[in-house]
This record gives sequence, structure tokens and C-alpha cells, in this order.
Amino acid sequence: MKRSLRPLAATAVIFIIAYGLAVLQFPNMLSTRVLGNFLTDNAFLGIAAVGMTFVIISGGIDLSVGAVIGFTGVLIAVLTSWLGIHPLVAFAIALGVAALFGAAMGFTIHFLQVPSFIVTLAGMFLARGGASIITQDSVPIKHEFYATLGDLMIRLPGGGKLSFIGMLMILIFLGGALLAHRTKFGSYVYALGGNSVSASLMGVPVARTTVQIYMLSSTLAALAGIVFSLYTSAGYPLAAVGVELDAISAVVIGGTLLTGGYGFVLGTFVGVMLLGLVQTYIIFDGTLSSWWTKIVIGVLLFLFIVLQRVIFAASAPGEKSPEKV
Amino acid sequence: MIDKGERRMADSQYVLEARGVIKIFGSQTALDSVDFGLRRGEVHALLGENGAGKSTLIKILTGAYQPDGGQVLVDGAPVTLDNPLHAQTHGIGTVYQEVNLLPNRSVAENLYLGHQPTRFGLVDHRKMERDARVLLTRYGLDLDPGSELGSHSVAVQQIVAIARAVELSGKVLILDEPTASLDRNEVERLFEVIGDLKRAGLAIIFITHFLDQVFAISDRVTVLRNGRLVETQVLDALSRTDVVRLMLGKDIAFSGATDLEPENPTTDVLLQFSGYGRKNGVAPFDLTIHKGEVIGVAGLLGSGRTEMARIMFGADPADQGSLRVNDKPANVRNTTDAITLGFGFCPEDRKAEGILGDLSVRENIIIALQGKLGWFKALNRDEQLEIAGRFGESMDIRAASLDMPVKLLSGGNQQKVILSRWLATDPAFLILDEPTRGIDVGAHAEIVRTINRLRDDGMAMVVISSELDEVVAYSSRIVVMRDRKMVAELRGKNINPGVIVQAIANNPDEATP
Repeated sequence: MKRSLRPLAATAVIFIIAYGLAVLQFPNMLSTRVLGNFLTDNAFLGIAAVGMTFVIISGGIDLSVGAVIGFTGVLIAVLTSWLGIHPLVAFAIALGVAALFGAAMGFTIHFLQVPSFIVTLAGMFLARGGASIITQDSVPIKHEFYATLGDLMIRLPGGGKLSFIGMLMILIFLGGALLAHRTKFGSYVYALGGNSVSASLMGVPVARTTVQIYMLSSTLAALAGIVFSLYTSAGYPLAAVGVELDAISAVVIGGTLLTGGYGFVLGTFVGVMLLGLVQTYIIFDGTLSSWWTKIVIGVLLFLFIVLQRVIFAASAPGEKSPEKV
Repeated sequence: MIDKGERRMADSQYVLEARGVIKIFGSQTALDSVDFGLRRGEVHALLGENGAGKSTLIKILTGAYQPDGGQVLVDGAPVTLDNPLHAQTHGIGTVYQEVNLLPNRSVAENLYLGHQPTRFGLVDHRKMERDARVLLTRYGLDLDPGSELGSHSVAVQQIVAIARAVELSGKVLILDEPTASLDRNEVERLFEVIGDLKRAGLAIIFITHFLDQVFAISDRVTVLRNGRLVETQVLDALSRTDVVRLMLGKDIAFSGATDLEPENPTTDVLLQFSGYGRKNGVAPFDLTIHKGEVIGVAGLLGSGRTEMARIMFGADPADQGSLRVNDKPANVRNTTDAITLGFGFCPEDRKAEGILGDLSVRENIIIALQGKLGWFKALNRDEQLEIAGRFGESMDIRAASLDMPVKLLSGGNQQKVILSRWLATDPAFLILDEPTRGIDVGAHAEIVRTINRLRDDGMAMVVISSELDEVVAYSSRIVVMRDRKMVAELRGKNINPGVIVQAIANNPDEATP
């Protein structure tokens, strides 16, 4: 098996075992209802994590994701509830604003040679602060279009429902996988993460690709914000605080190397599902504090980083290995 | 018009040509009207020591730099090459010493990145891998094009890089030290590939430090020195000694021999290296150094001179052999050990490894001493100023103030600051790697005087230099390096640069030319 597939395989195996154990304890967890909710509850995280996957494969990081989700929610709520604009128009505006925002971050990262960590940290404060300037309160969204979208679903055998936002997430994952593995843009993203100097010598349009990567991430974060507003029917400036960290966790657990160059969009899907499973299990149990979610995620994350180190550092001839100390 | 056409025909014996190319960096002329012509179906070696202008010329030919004067011509027609990608569209491809490919991607993708075959707008992996397999077979590689490039040896990666360069450009191939990290068999394999490409009509520029390799595959050779063209010649007309002499220059005379400083058997032995070496660094060597002795190290760039110095100083610790200091066994596992033993090291690359540019002259001088004293015995400002002042004066460092950043000083003065840094630690043994490179004539003489003075004070030194006159002037003995091996130790009377050149060029495999 290819080296780069191993972390993903490990995640998949852990997910299956964990799910199996959970089902043994709570047979209800196998129902389509739970599975449907799984997708619905994690839709916004999953969509944001797709964008994050591209950023991390390229060797960067995007800390502004959660803030962009919050900002988008507020923007849409204000546009529809206060200004009476149709949600579809509001969506288009939000996606456009986010694309520009991401482009600006990518531009700064490439042309000013500032680490993505700092630029997107600034982006995070900007977006979060911007949202709070617009309003400090939660703004409810009451529009029949929201109700329509909320009713849009596929009934699954066994009483489960596949909601619109769940389907949207699956579509985004499939589209993301196609983009990563079957387009030139995708190969450029991997090239940047592998070695940006080589990439530019090989003719990869580094500037354009970097800008596009952060545009993609911010746009998908805005889409996640739209999904989140559909999920909560409100916009709140402090929504989705820390979601960028959940997204990063899902990406890493899904087998993407944090230093870039290796990773799979569908791996991120498994990562998101694994995080969702932990949460669902703790809800089912009922006696555990919800903070156990964080502890389990912490342990998983740690495990996977160690696993990647072992796989990528140990067996690599002529390959970037950790510096000897 | 006709005239022009005829001229073009006449010129086009060269696929790629540089005419009177000039490149100036600040106050330095890196290339001074250099002419260079590359023919179809030849391997043309480009030789020269550090700073000769090889890499500047290559960068101009690949569009990485723009010339400040002169012209670059492709097939006899003047062109402006904006960047390496643009050069590629003119048929000029480059393979660098460090394989500039993507170890994390498949072999096929490395061959075709940016030019992948597509179907319905999506990359057609199957066709790409099929094409890659056919292409690789032509280079004698039978491997899975879908496998990760990083899982293959450097030699295979190098060949993949060549295949990519030829595939995308196809007229001129520039190989910039492609063999630096290959073993003997891999080099031979690479040479077979180069031979095939040459027969197919490709024009190849080959840059290397290894003379054997130059003679093994090159048809013609161009030697640069100090930014000027020394000679372009058919290789058959030259002996190894000729080539070394052209590279090191100075019309080295075989007369005018100087006697080396007499060895003084009465002084004590300071250092005894026996079987000292490091894998992939320098082959084991034996060397005894007395107090008050200067060992000159001569050899071409890449011969292992600097590697030897780094091993001695523990920057790349030895993994075999032993060392005795003052007749007691000693262990140098890192630079701290070396400093504790009283070693000092002024590296070759002053800017990157020597000076701390943003720190003041004072801080640069006291830093090694402070390192030796440790954290808890901080030198106070007055002590620092006293030490810096003392060396500033004795070394004649010309700085407006001891508190000005050292990067503002001239190269010669920077070198004196680094020398002062080590002298402040009162070393018993000092290693100087190219102490006089890139500094003006006056400072040059002062450094040489300082070396002489320190030797007379009883310090043991190893001095690496490409300036053979200079090496002869201050050395007690001269060690000659070739192919990462110590190949000769010259001592006694009647040593002149010619003798050293002879020792550098001598090929053990062939009779003396």
C-alpha cells in the first residue's frame, strides 16, 4: 500500500472499530436516523474542512474559517431579516465577499511572504470583529425559503432523513475529491505542499494557485456559514468559535500531513465522521460530560500525528525527513 | 536581408550562444564580456572555481538573471529570456544539483506536471502513466510511473528530472552538478543517459567539480575565472594539469620555487588525527600538527577541503578514527567540544556562517568567548568593550564605532572581526577556510601577515585557500585534497604552485601526463 494511504487506512479502521463498539453498546446508533443526523449535524464542519484540506495539503493553514462562518451567518441574517433581501441573493453576496476576503489573504501570503498562520490569524480577528460590529446579538432568520430548504430531504428506509445540508456536504466532498485528484489545480496544490521552490521551477503558477487556495477555503467557509445559518435559522457573531480547530483536527485525523504535500479529501470526510461519532456517543451515553469530546479528539489527534511521523519519517529514501538534532 | 539570412546560417553552428555577456552585482562584475557557444550534439563542460561566474552564466542562459550587457542567442537569433520557464519554451531545460522535483508525487506527475494530458477537462491519469512508462523505458528505467518519486534513489530521480527537462524543452540540457550526490555506479548510469542524449543531437552543458567526470564525457570545455572567459577548448587537446592550471590561473610558473617554512621538530605535537574521517564527508586521513605550524590545504572546490575543516571542528563530527590533543585522547562530537579544546573555525561563507550581521562589532567579537565561558559568567559591558577595543586595535578593524552593525563593514574588516572573535578565546588551534576570499588587496595582505604573526606566536593553524601563491607563502606543510581524499602531503624545499597543481591534477588511475 502507498505510504500516503496508510494514515487514511488507519483512520478508516479506527472509525469502523469505534462505530462497531458504539453499536454494540447502543444498537440504536446503527439506525438511519442517527446516520442522517450525523451528516446534518456535521455538515458545516465538513464543508469547511474540505477547504481546510486544500490549504493544509499546500503546506499552509487557515485560522479564519470559524470567524468567516460566524461573519457569513450575521451577514445573511442582517441582509434577509433587516434589509429584506432574498436569501439566495444574500448567499451570493456572502460567497462573493468571502472569495474576496480569501483572495486578499492568499495575496498577502504570497506577495508579502508572510506565513499563512499570521495572515489568517489577522483574518480571523477581522472577520470576527466585523461580525460583532454589525450586531452583538443573535439575529433570527425567518424566511419561507429557509423553511423550504429545511423541508428538502430524502427519506431513508428506517425512518432516517438525509437533509439538504447533509446532501450538500456530500456533494462538496465529491467535488473536492475531483478537484484535488483529477485537475491541474489539484496537482499544483500538492506540488506547493511538496516543495514550493521545485514547484515554481517546474512551472507551477505559484502566485495564482496560492490565491486560489485561500479563496477556495474562505468560499467554502462561507458556504459552511450558510449551512450553519440553515441549521440554526439565525446569525450570531460568536457562532462557530474554534471551528477552524475542529476542521484542522478532522483534516489531520483524515490522513493529511500537517506539513503539506500528502492528503485526501475523502480522508477528511472520515475524519469529520469520526469526530461526529465521538460526539454522538457521548450524547447517547448521557452521563459523560461533553468535554470528554475534546479529550477524545485530543488523544486521537495526538495518535495520528505520531502515526504520521512514524510512517513518513521512518521509511523514506531521498525524502524530506525530520532534521537530525 | 539576404546578408542577415546568411549570417544566421553561419551562426547557427551554435544552438545556444552568449556573446559578450556582462553581469554586474553592485560594485562587483560577476561576468565580464564572456563568450560561450554550445553546439548541437556535444557535451560541453563548464569549469571554474567558486566565484568564477559559472552559476551566473548559467542563470543568464536559463533566464533566471538578465544580462547587463551582451546577448543571448538561440539558433543564431537574439532572444530575451524572461525566466526559466520562458527559456524552456526556447528549448532550454535545466537539471539542478538538488533534484528539483516533487518527492511527494508520482513519477508520472513529476514528468508531466503542468502539461498533464486531460480528458473532458480532467487529468487523464491512465494516459499520463502510459506515456510515462514509454518515456522512462527510453531512459532505461523500468519502474511503476504511479509510484511516489521519493521512494526511488536520487539517481533515478535525477534521470526523471532529465527526462522531464528533455521532454519539455528538447534542444539544450543544462546539468548543474548532477553527480554531486551519486555513487560510482549511478554516475555511470547517468553518463550512459547523457551519451544517448548527445547522440540524439541534444546540446548539453555539464557543470561539475570532478575532473575525472569532465574527461569521461565532455567534448569541449570552457573555463571561467573571476568572471572572465579563460579558454574554450576541445578537451582532447588538454591534459588534466592544463585544466587545473586554467582553473586556478595566474599562469602558474613551474619555476620560482619557494621553500616552505622549515618544520621545527623541537616544538611539541599539538594534534594527531589518525584515520580521522566521516562517511560521505572525507575519507580517513592521518595528520599531525605541531604548535607554531601552518598546514595549508589545497584542492579544487568540492575536493573535500571544507569538509575536512568541518570534521576537525566537529561541525560534522568524525565517525571514524581518533584524535589526540597534547598527547591525550580527545573527542570532538560537536563544536562546543572543539571550542573547549581550544579550537577555532572561520568558515568559508562569511555572510551565512561567520558574521552575525545585525549584531555590533563588539558583540560579534565577544560571542565565541562568551560561549566558551557559559551562561553564568556574563561579560559585562566594560569587559566587552575592553576586549573588542583591544582586538579592534591590534587587528586594525576599521569601523566607525564598535557598536555599529557588522554587516556595514567591508569584507576584509568582517573577516578581521571573525578572526578577532576566535583570537579572543585564545585558541590553540585555528582553522581558516578561505580567509582571503572576496576581500581587497590591502586587507588581504594584512590577513596573511596576521597568519604569519600567529604562527610565530606558536599557534597551530589549518588554512584552506585556492590562492596557491598565498598557501605557499605561509604554510609549513601543504595537504592536497582530491575527490574527498587527502592525496598528498607536500613538505620541504622547492615547493611552488606548479607542484601543487600537479598534485591536484594527478590521476592515480593513469600514468603521469
